[in-house]
Amino acid sequence: MRATQTKPTVSETIWQHHHVLDLDDFTREEIELVFQTTKAMKEILSRPIKQVPALRGKTLITLFYEPSTRTRLSFELAAKYLSADMVNLNTQISSVAKGESLVDTLGTLQALGADIVIMRHPSSGAPSIATRFIGASIVNAGDGWHAHPTQALLDLYTIHEHKQSLKGLKAVIIGDIMHSRVARSNIWGLTTMGIGVTLCSPPTLLPIGLGDQRLPPVRTEPDIERALDGADIVMTLRLQRERQRSGLLPSIREYINLYQLNKSRLAKAKPDALVLHPGPVNEGIEISPAVAHGAQSVINEQVTNGVAVRMALLYLITGSQKQ
Amino acid sequence: MPKKVIMTKEDIKRTLARIAHEIVEHNEQLQDLLLVGVHTRGVPLARRLAANIEGFTGAKIAVGTLDISLYRDDLSSLELKPLVKLTDIPANIDGKSIVLVDDVLYTGRSTRAALDALVDLGRPRLIQLAVLIDRGHRELPIRADYVGKNIPSSRHEDIKVNLKETDGMDEVTITTAAKEEQ
Repeated sequence: MRATQTKPTVSETIWQHHHVLDLDDFTREEIELVFQTTKAMKEILSRPIKQVPALRGKTLITLFYEPSTRTRLSFELAAKYLSADMVNLNTQISSVAKGESLVDTLGTLQALGADIVIMRHPSSGAPSIATRFIGASIVNAGDGWHAHPTQALLDLYTIHEHKQSLKGLKAVIIGDIMHSRVARSNIWGLTTMGIGVTLCSPPTLLPIGLGDQRLPPVRTEPDIERALDGADIVMTLRLQRERQRSGLLPSIREYINLYQLNKSRLAKAKPDALVLHPGPVNEGIEISPAVAHGAQSVINEQVTNGVAVRMALLYLITGSQKQ
Repeated sequence: MPKKVIMTKEDIKRTLARIAHEIVEHNEQLQDLLLVGVHTRGVPLARRLAANIEGFTGAKIAVGTLDISLYRDDLSSLELKPLVKLTDIPANIDGKSIVLVDDVLYTGRSTRAALDALVDLGRPRLIQLAVLIDRGHRELPIRADYVGKNIPSSRHEDIKVNLKETDGMDEVTITTAAKEEQ
């Protein structure tokens, strides 16, 4: 019998987040509480009957104004494994398609008795505005270029499972940083955990005025081999093909030549470096198939951990709600 | 606030030896026995009982841990949120005789949650309950099969089980709260 800890490794932090909008207001202790809760949730995922009654009687609604596969599915599964009642509002076939405003839609969800609304919206800041119009908890499942906190937390948890200690590790984020909410939330999460962050991107896809964006300090290195030198964590981002049409990239071929994560480039990182990707993956563009499916890739683990992390967040948020 | 020691280190040791003997007496098939400690203090108690049984009979007894946070009926009303800890039950519990181990039996609500948590994991042959302290005031039809000490208490009193593994020392104390609730 393995000696499970009798003393909690995390102090019994009182969870303060009624909403989860971004990681900029998370402390290291709160992220560690998410890790510890996620570990317990993962045990549930390994059971033959993957369900506990923790959120019985709670109503969760997913409100997605943008397409999504894994984020919405993993939220739905997380809610079901915790016995919550989960409904999905399809904005394509609802009154939203008739022009109903976000505020009116939120009013409807409130009147229907939603306890938690999981929201994805193309406009940065929409979930934050939503909190002013609804009593339910808002979980940001991605807003514009701004934030995707649950993705960053599942990335952090995946790293945490592989590394003894996060402090002092070196992470490189490669790709279209400017349009990436995943990158922004990860910059907050990684730096809060004491991980050094290097951004590697064509200068046209780097946010303008990086220093004034209220983001924590990061290093930028446009040369991929120099950026990868000695890295412990390598995150690649999906290259949105429409960026080429907008004139930010001369050609996809040039991007592949200069920025694709392939075997020889990955060899510059530490031998035990982890390769992450938030999905969906454009194999052969931002990452070579050999690396995406290679021994260092944890892309599939990220998907599994995504369910457990979201279960942990839903549980912790429900605990913060007043009766 | 007067604080009184109701069990010393020696009392706890003797009591756990006695409960271990009672468990052996009531369970002939020791190979089917599984002790499950309820987090937090049920876990070291279950380990000590298993060590005692092994000492008396030579049989190696399996020990699991159970977290009941996700089965509580009062999540929204708790001031201090429970930290979800790891449930670690070795292998399949179907057909096993389980002794659930906890430190204090009070309203019975934690035991109810623990029973729900256990039956979600499989179908044990039977489940028994062992507690170090039974302080009364049950709100559910639940009783313990093995009781270390019955402490008729008032609701205004606080009973605290300290164990070496979790609190640095073995001792059970009772404290009368300064202000009355309800």
